[in-house]
Amino acid sequence: MSTLTVLYFASLRDAAGIASESVPADARDLRGLYETLRARHGFALPVERLRVAVDGAFARWDEAPRAGSEVAFIPPVSGG
Amino acid sequence: MAHSDTSASRSAAPEARFALSAAAFEIAPLRAGLLSAQAGAYASFEGWVRDHHGGRAVLGLRYESYAELALSEGEKVLAEARERFAIVDAHCVHRVGDLAIGELAVWVGVSAAHRDAAFAACRYIIDETKARVPIWKHERYADGDADWLHPLPPAAGA
Repeated sequence: MSTLTVLYFASLRDAAGIASESVPADARDLRGLYETLRARHGFALPVERLRVAVDGAFARWDEAPRAGSEVAFIPPVSGG
Repeated sequence: MAHSDTSASRSAAPEARFALSAAAFEIAPLRAGLLSAQAGAYASFEGWVRDHHGGRAVLGLRYESYAELALSEGEKVLAEARERFAIVDAHCVHRVGDLAIGELAVWVGVSAAHRDAAFAACRYIIDETKARVPIWKHERYADGDADWLHPLPPAAGA
């Protein structure tokens, strides 16, 4: 099974109860991957309020997940 | 990561201008790092932890970051500031971890030949950092509640 690593931050990590997990890389795109994980973990934030990063760089939601990559869902930031 | 010296911790690259610091840091050495014979102006911004938010009493907070992306995006913000404004240099340090009321959360320093560019670049850097850099604030309230802040973009909220 080809998998990727998903990183969770802030409220997403609290809701998932984990900081990262390994998931199948079989979603059509990153949007689909988030929707699957949102349903599983009950994330409150809709995809429209997030950004997504792959291997440490911002990515587009219509990109296909790649096996072995590190995907991070970025909730609205609140530094400063 | 946390360093015990007086300067903020820096990422590995010696030319790094944006840093995350897991411990309180001194401003004087950061300001000294911007001194330049070309500079006639220095502007800085300090963000402090305040005791209220949205009408609620705040006891303290914690900052979490996605460090890899925060460092690269922070460097982009500073590079943009150097392109957009006639400045000599600019640095920014943001705290992560647990902070108490009154503690320094973020520092921006800019040196420039003239004040207009220094003020404008300083404003740009803090605004873009707040909008784009993956750092999240978790506030603890006096009523016992605690929550992550995930603000709406300016167009939709605030």
